[in-house]
Amino acid sequence: MKTLLACLDDSTYTQSVIDHAAWAAGRLDAQLELMHTLERHPERAQTSNLSGSIGLGAKSDLLSELATLDEQRSKLSLQHGHALLATAAERARQRGATNVHERLRHGDLIDALVEFEPTYDVLVVGKRGASADMAKLHLGSNLERAVRAIHRPILVASRAFKPIERLLIAFDGSASARKAVELAAHSPLLAGLECHLVMAGAESPAHAAHMAWARELLDAAGIAIRAETIPGHADAVIADYVRSHHIDLVTMGAYGHSRVRQLIVGSTTTTMVRSCLVPIFLVR
Amino acid sequence: MTLRNLRQEWFSNIRGDVLAGIVVALALIPEAIAFSIIAGVDPKVGLYASFCIAATLAITGGRVGMISGATGSVALLMVTLVKDHGLQYLLVATLLTGVLQILAGVFKLNILMRFVSRSVVTGFVNALAILIFMAQLPELIGAQWQVYALVVAGLVIIYGVPRFTKVIPSPLICIVVLTAFTLVAGVHVRTVADMGKLPDSLPIFLLPQVPFNWHTLMVVLPYSVTMMVVGLLESMMTASVVDDFTDTVGNKRRECMGLGAANIVSGLFGGMAGCAMIGQSVINVKSGGRGRLSTFCSGVFLLIMVVFAKEWVGRIPMAALVAVMIMVSIGTFSWSSLKNLRLHPKSSSVVMIATVVVVVATDDLSKGVIVGVLLSALFFARKVGRVMHVTSALNADERIREYRVTGQVFFASAETFIAAFDFREAIDQVRIDVSRAHFWDLSAVGALDKVVIKFRREGTTVDIHGLNEASAMIVDRLAIHDKPDAIESLMGH
Repeated sequence: MKTLLACLDDSTYTQSVIDHAAWAAGRLDAQLELMHTLERHPERAQTSNLSGSIGLGAKSDLLSELATLDEQRSKLSLQHGHALLATAAERARQRGATNVHERLRHGDLIDALVEFEPTYDVLVVGKRGASADMAKLHLGSNLERAVRAIHRPILVASRAFKPIERLLIAFDGSASARKAVELAAHSPLLAGLECHLVMAGAESPAHAAHMAWARELLDAAGIAIRAETIPGHADAVIADYVRSHHIDLVTMGAYGHSRVRQLIVGSTTTTMVRSCLVPIFLVR
Repeated sequence: MTLRNLRQEWFSNIRGDVLAGIVVALALIPEAIAFSIIAGVDPKVGLYASFCIAATLAITGGRVGMISGATGSVALLMVTLVKDHGLQYLLVATLLTGVLQILAGVFKLNILMRFVSRSVVTGFVNALAILIFMAQLPELIGAQWQVYALVVAGLVIIYGVPRFTKVIPSPLICIVVLTAFTLVAGVHVRTVADMGKLPDSLPIFLLPQVPFNWHTLMVVLPYSVTMMVVGLLESMMTASVVDDFTDTVGNKRRECMGLGAANIVSGLFGGMAGCAMIGQSVINVKSGGRGRLSTFCSGVFLLIMVVFAKEWVGRIPMAALVAVMIMVSIGTFSWSSLKNLRLHPKSSSVVMIATVVVVVATDDLSKGVIVGVLLSALFFARKVGRVMHVTSALNADERIREYRVTGQVFFASAETFIAAFDFREAIDQVRIDVSRAHFWDLSAVGALDKVVIKFRREGTTVDIHGLNEASAMIVDRLAIHDKPDAIESLMGH
């Protein structure tokens, strides 16, 4: 049985993450694990006593004081985490997920995702976490780290769940994009959707060959597609297409380029996730 | 990830780190001055060292949030070097200490810390506190009555003021009030300026003025080795204290190499060797310091205060610094260990006290730790040696006796092992079942040999059963009883 892992926190995306996860779990007939991580920040001081004096038993007093503070905070966040997961599980069941588990972890989210990678098949996250700045449309700091660290497909939830009918495959011929096409052809997750295949860039023999490959694969799987090659920058082209054709879900290969290149020219993946206001299914 | 870590280690706690850095700088100054005087060099040597070490370790260190500088434990080791050969040789020794510490890191000597038991650590810390306190005595013994009054007033301020406000460091108030009082009231007591030269500029890069030859190396090497050992010990112990406080794990190996780099920098800029400081690290964490920035700030603020307020620093009465150092020594001492003397097992108390006594007697923390580690090893061996039992039973027709050996057989239990067999019993056959025993070393194997041979000389046949794998290996390799000329060989010894 397949397993979906959905990451939850206090952000506005959480409800939508649950809905998307429940949708995917239904289609894949998978069990759904809801995970929340309690992050503690030992690198930040919570109290400060600037008296600079240390008296009898300074070490043990300080240690027990710090431990007590951490204990109180951790207990609160534990309770909060349990409550959050319970509500989430309830919502997921209402949305039709039958096999729902809760998982509460201490520590960094990405560390947990990497640790559990062998145990799940698809990851569901929101575009932004609780700490990210909504106004600027910046992506959550965790999303990109997660996508880089994890090699499973990732479903990135948008702000609110809408029934998914039209699928767009953003295709550039790269290895991960080809994998996305294969998933669209074979995975029950993407089966039965109206399928659009779009490649951004000028008409060229190389592009045509890539498109032919994808078309052939999808035809063989018996999926009717609308294929187009549109000149322009990938992010602009895809975002426009999503808007004009009322696309509900975009799937694409993720982060094909090196970090160095990305530092200089920016990442197409990041821009796309930011500019398309629909859920994105990222394939590594 | 590295960029992210870097940012997290430096800038995730800016306000807390900067404030803590200022507080810690105040606690670093007295120690740097006091121990420069102990080592027999100008206060500026210790102050430059504290700046260089703190600033370098902020970058190179492996334990974020720990404070390092010129320390008493290391300073005490260099007294005779300075007396016999002068400051320049101290600087070379400092460089060499740094190199040795980097090598220690390269060869992962930090893992040796696992042999330093908790009792030894407690003893080390207590000895350190006592050394810090004793280093203040020259200022106190035979001083004018005004000095005593000032010290007492200083301690009252240091411990009293935090009851009213925790926003201003009480050591600072102590220093300012006592300095102002002595100036206004015209009390003539010894001041920092009387102790030697204070820094008048930023430290400058200089190679030590000594002939770089074999003779120089031989002079400084013994000092460098002990300074390396003590520096690493104190740094590793302080690192685990800070680990506990912050509930994070530092990189001990990087700390070794980082400390080495810091000492090299210190030596090149006219400073003496140093290491981490337990008292100041506690103050740092207590004041809200968590990141690399607090360590860096402590060094920088120390230098700024000392260089730019030199006139004023020179007028600080020594009594005020003595009060601050008494506070540091009280805060460093593990008072609960006194209470625990009755509760803890005697052997650990003996280890702790032996460590303290040896350190205080020799002024050398490394000797204390060596004694402590050896003692704990001996006590451990004795305890494990007791985990050995031999039981025996005669079989029905009283011709065969079966001995069952359980537990650990090694040098500490070998005698007990032999004594457990009854060689005077006239019997045909003896079976020794060692399937539940471990034979660890030559002594154990020798003991088994001896037992077998003794039985054989009484005309008893000996069967050994169930030598488990580890024991079998060592017995196979070392034992002689199953070789033809067994008796001759054993008697030859």
